[in-house]
Amino acid sequence: MNDEPMEKISKEQVRHVALLSRIEMSDEEVEVFQSQLENILEYMDKLDELDTSDVEPMSSVMGLNNVFREDEVKASVPTEVALANAPEKAGDSFKVPTVVE
Amino acid sequence: MNLEDFTATELAEKIRHKEVSAAEAVGGSLEQIRKHDDQLNAFLNVCEDATENATRIDERLAAGEDVGPLAGVPIALKDNMCVQGTPTTCASKILEHWMSPYDAHVTDLLEKAGAVIVGKTNMDEYAMGSSTENSGLALTRNPWNTEHAPGGSSGGSAAAVASGMVPLALGSDTGGSIRQPAAFCGVTGSKPTYGRVSRFGLVAFGSSLDQIGPLSRDVRDNALLLQVISGHDTRDSTSANLDVPDYLASLDGSIDGLKIGIPKEYFVEGMSPDVAAATEAAIETLRSLGAETREISMPHTQYAVAVYYIIATAEASSNLSRYDGVHYGFRSQNAEDMIEMYTKSRQEAFGDEVKRRIMLGTFALSAETYEAYYLKAAKVRKLMRQDFDHAFEEVDCILSPTAPSPAFKIGELVDDPLEMYLSDILTLSLNLAGLPGISVPCGFSARGLPLGLQIMGKPWDEATVLRAAHAFQENTDFLKRPTMPWPQAASL
Repeated sequence: MNDEPMEKISKEQVRHVALLSRIEMSDEEVEVFQSQLENILEYMDKLDELDTSDVEPMSSVMGLNNVFREDEVKASVPTEVALANAPEKAGDSFKVPTVVE
Repeated sequence: MNLEDFTATELAEKIRHKEVSAAEAVGGSLEQIRKHDDQLNAFLNVCEDATENATRIDERLAAGEDVGPLAGVPIALKDNMCVQGTPTTCASKILEHWMSPYDAHVTDLLEKAGAVIVGKTNMDEYAMGSSTENSGLALTRNPWNTEHAPGGSSGGSAAAVASGMVPLALGSDTGGSIRQPAAFCGVTGSKPTYGRVSRFGLVAFGSSLDQIGPLSRDVRDNALLLQVISGHDTRDSTSANLDVPDYLASLDGSIDGLKIGIPKEYFVEGMSPDVAAATEAAIETLRSLGAETREISMPHTQYAVAVYYIIATAEASSNLSRYDGVHYGFRSQNAEDMIEMYTKSRQEAFGDEVKRRIMLGTFALSAETYEAYYLKAAKVRKLMRQDFDHAFEEVDCILSPTAPSPAFKIGELVDDPLEMYLSDILTLSLNLAGLPGISVPCGFSARGLPLGLQIMGKPWDEATVLRAAHAFQENTDFLKRPTMPWPQAASL
């Protein structure tokens, strides 16, 4: 009657989420995170007790929509300041590993 | 009397009347830090130019200038707020060497008010945690008992105020991160209404929840600092364009006839008997001052932990995607290509709790699970806000303990993330609803650890929250200081 695995999140899913999150993860870490996330997600099942079919989701506590301002030219961060924290730079640019061969 | 015994209000008064110089006040604060911070580790950085800035205040005072309401008062900032030209680390290895290219809005306002920033305080990495044990850089101890955690995530700020190293500090509160450490360290900490204080220059964690607020010894100092940092700022689009009331003036009103709701759902199973007793006593005190208390029901309180840890982690997973090792911050030296540069940089430098939350948030937002987790949580969040709206049709403010227990021991909950999350149960709802609240000291546990009373208010009504808290403080005697130094710390 139920083909789905009992678990909320499989090790495979943990690996996939780690990839989406751009975090490298060892097999041991996958193991630990899987069991911790499983535990947390099981707790979150609590929300299923509530019927929310007629409830609007809430995203802003202030009921704000867009906040507009005039499109004016203003001073921005100078190049040398923007580059000051760069792990690697080349001239006026941020330097990264080769992306295109 | 030593300088560290003065409140910020007293100190500012003495500096204005030239009984104490700003240089002496700041020098005293730096001396306290030198004396005690080896054991407490409340600070990640001490500002080297603090003495120079204090001298400048003295010169302006001598010249008869108006130097502002906090002239010469030393203050500490949680290390997720930018002060130009100094490090802002978020207690993360990722930002360990990052220098702020600009000032946060609160930094600007503090400087205009004459305050002198003496240092940046430790925190849970990116403000993710309830004990400051998730700091990637230092372990902060509770000044009341150094075997215990100071709470978190603004644990460094709370410990710094509690130990008299500074009279004032700023923290940030995403799910209780000002109120809970304030309770654990026996100081006063408030979270203003979402939108009251600009977050320009605050490193983002959960953008629909984060709010900057003051930590101080007493409520008067809290109001003084809140006045300085509140107000509209166009650089934060969620900053509210509303007039800020006179918070200091609001302290003087009586609470005779004030209607206070006591939500029965906040008296959770497993609550420490010391906490329950101190809260009962506080209710009696407020009644004796003329407040009308009544039991109310906020039926969705029990869902706060589940809702919060979906919403906050979802927002965090998005906010923290910026730490990719490209423009700033840590970059792994072991990467062969671009993707590895991202994955290894984040692997090597993020702590476990941050990784866990990014993973949880990414999972909650992914296509297959979005409806079941994120959307569901956003809906239940609405129900939680309605609990508050309904309650405020009947009462002026809501009262509860700040935390279900006194400060836990260092290491006690660190291996059980869910247990740690559950310790936030009494503070999370307020952030989800975007409302203002405060924690004030309300007693001590049998083992001598401080306890906190939480007062929550209507949207934009910090004034009533402060007035109730002030009345409570004026009529009780819980503003104690821990005994220092700490002989037991030597063996730790």
